Formats: sequence, C-alpha cells, structure tokens
Amino acid sequence: MIRLLKQKAGFAAAGLVGCLLFLPTAAPAHLVTTGLGPVYDGIGHLVLTPEDLVPTLALALYCGLRGARTSRYAVFLLPLAWFLGGLIGTMSGLEPAYPLSAASFLLLGILVAADIALPLPVVAPLTVLIGLMHGFLNGLVLKSGPGIAGLLGIMGALFVLVTLATAVVVSLEKPWTRIVVRVLGSWIAASGMLMAGWHLQGAL
Amino acid sequence: MNDQRIRTLHLYLACAAFCLIMPTMAHAHVEQGQAAGFLTGFEHPWSGLDHILAMIAVGLWGAQLGNPAIWVLPIAFPMMMALGGMMGLLGIPVPGVEAGIAVSAIILGLVVLLDIRPNLVIAALLVGFFAIFHGHAHGTELPPGQSGLLYSMGFVIGTGCLHGVGIMIGLIHRYQVGKFLLRGAGAFITVMGCLFLWQAVA
Repeated sequence: MIRLLKQKAGFAAAGLVGCLLFLPTAAPAHLVTTGLGPVYDGIGHLVLTPEDLVPTLALALYCGLRGARTSRYAVFLLPLAWFLGGLIGTMSGLEPAYPLSAASFLLLGILVAADIALPLPVVAPLTVLIGLMHGFLNGLVLKSGPGIAGLLGIMGALFVLVTLATAVVVSLEKPWTRIVVRVLGSWIAASGMLMAGWHLQGAL
Repeated sequence: MNDQRIRTLHLYLACAAFCLIMPTMAHAHVEQGQAAGFLTGFEHPWSGLDHILAMIAVGLWGAQLGNPAIWVLPIAFPMMMALGGMMGLLGIPVPGVEAGIAVSAIILGLVVLLDIRPNLVIAALLVGFFAIFHGHAHGTELPPGQSGLLYSMGFVIGTGCLHGVGIMIGLIHRYQVGKFLLRGAGAFITVMGCLFLWQAVA
C-alpha cells in the first residue's frame, strides 16, 4: 500500500515538474538575453554590441598608451560614468539610436593611431564624456529589459575589460608592439568613418 | 538483454524525447547577419586580385622604405580608404574608379620595382590618394540584411591583414637576394596593373 502511494506521489511530482518545464518563457524583443538573469544580460549586451565594445577597447588602448596613471583613472571613471549615463537613459523617454557611436570610433581611433599625448586633465573628462554617452544609449535600450541590474553587469564588465586591456598596453615595452596598438587605432577610426557614412546614407 | 537494461534504455529514450520537445525561448527581433556581415567584409578585399596586389604593394613598399614608413603607410591607407568608402556611401562620385585602382597597382608596383624613396609625407599622400579609389569601389558593397558596422570592420581588418602579408614578404629586403626578389615582385604587380587597366578601359 505504502509502495503504491509512493509510486503515485512520484508520478504526480514528475507530472508537476513536466508542467513547469513546458511553461512558455518570456519573449524579449530587441535584446539578446543570456537566460542567466539581468546582470549577465547586461554583460552580454556589452560584449555582443560592437558599438559599445570597440570604443571601450579603444579608450583602454589610448589610456594604456598614456601610461599607468591615466589608466588607473580610466578603470574607475569609465564604469562609473557609464552607470550614471545609463541611469539617466533609463529615465529618459527617447528612442534608442546609435549615430553617436561613430563619433566615439572616429575620435578614439584617431587618438590611438596618432598617439596624441593629451594631458590627464583632458583625458579624464573625455573618459567621463564617453562613459556618459554610451551609458545613456545603453540605458535607452536596457530600460525595456534588464534595467539597472543590467547596468550593474555592464559596469562590472567594463571594469574588467578596461583593467585587462590597459594592463596589456601599459606593459608593452618593445616599440613595434606599441605600433601594433596604433595600427589597431587606425582600423577603429576607419571603421568609425565608414559607420558614419552608413548613418549619413540612412539619413539622406 | 535483461529487464533492468531495457528499463534503463527506455528511461534514456524518454529523457531524450523530453529534451527534444522542450519549448525554446522565443526571441523576437533578434539581430541577424552580424557574423555574416563581418565575414563578408573580411573576405571582400581578398576577392579581387587588383585590390590584393595593391594592398600587398603598400606593405612591400613600406618594408622597402623601412621605419617609420613601414607602419605609417598601413595606418594612412585604411583611414583614406574609409574616407573613399564614406564618399561612396554619400553618393559623391569619384571619376574613373576602376582605372584608378589599376593605376594604383601600376604606380605602387613601379615604386617597389625602382626602389623609389620619396619623403615620408609624399609617400603617405600617394598611398592615401589611391586608397580613396579602393574605398570608393569596395567599401560600400554591403549585401542586404547584414550589419554595416561589422562589414566595415571586417573590410578594414581584411585590408590591414593584406598589408601585413606585404610587410612580411617585404622583410626579405634585408637580404641582398631579397632586394632583387622584392623588385621582381614590384615588376609583377606593375604588369598585372597594366592588365587591369586594359580591362578597365577596354
């Protein structure tokens, strides 16, 4: 008798689990979700969005070329400014748009390619400006999805990415390795110029 | 086969069937064509011999001229090429694009053949001038449904890799035999450029 009851309870539990597994899941529009929660969705958004990822790496390359002191500022300023911009974006009623990213590509790419030695009082506000702008654009997109938790994920990912990339560039000693970084900058600037062309073509 | 094994087999089959009929997450409007856009752009510079030879000639000339031209020319070229691509996207016409590409192969082949060593600024201007034709002709050929940004990035990186190939070949310049071989490569590029010019004009 007890064995029969246990068997029935087992079937009932299996049926319940089956029903739960067959429940339809959410259908998120316009955002790639990781299925691991909003923080990872934010990380995924940064890593899978070249409009944000490439300028981040370009800024890290530039700060790395400028040295360890400038890089330390970038490691903290960029994620904080990005988060602040994201908060403003989530509260804004504007529609997501990306033409501003082309300006980041172009500006940062030229700075890296030409290895222009800007002083820290200029690089720090520039880092904040880039962070605020991209964070704002992210906030516009993320408000319909992961929201502020997603921004926290992006902030963490930015901290790691900028730390790693600047550390690599700062540690470069041989002249040709710094030239490779500058060539990468020229590629970023060239991509930004073409990106601006695509945007202008769409606007005309 | 005993009953225990049959039961285990049934259990595995049931699990497999269960996994197969599980509903998957429905992503609405997921971006498509991202990877394809990058690959199309990356492949594009490698798809035309005129483009390949001109890019390699830039690398060869840079290696022949030595530092700093070895890195200035491959930096100047993609920037000016992107400017040409932007002009193409905005509908700004550039006369004789195909002929310009062919002439670029002839001139760049000739400078390698004759081992011409102009001022760095003049070398960069010459390379940049021809880059506009290459960008105008090839930088805007985006297949429908693919990402413009990733196509552009792939196109620029593909071109940069061709410069890298040219530079790597050009490193033979440090050997006496290599100098002759390099000039021979310049002659080959010039002859091919003449052939491309013939095709463009005829």
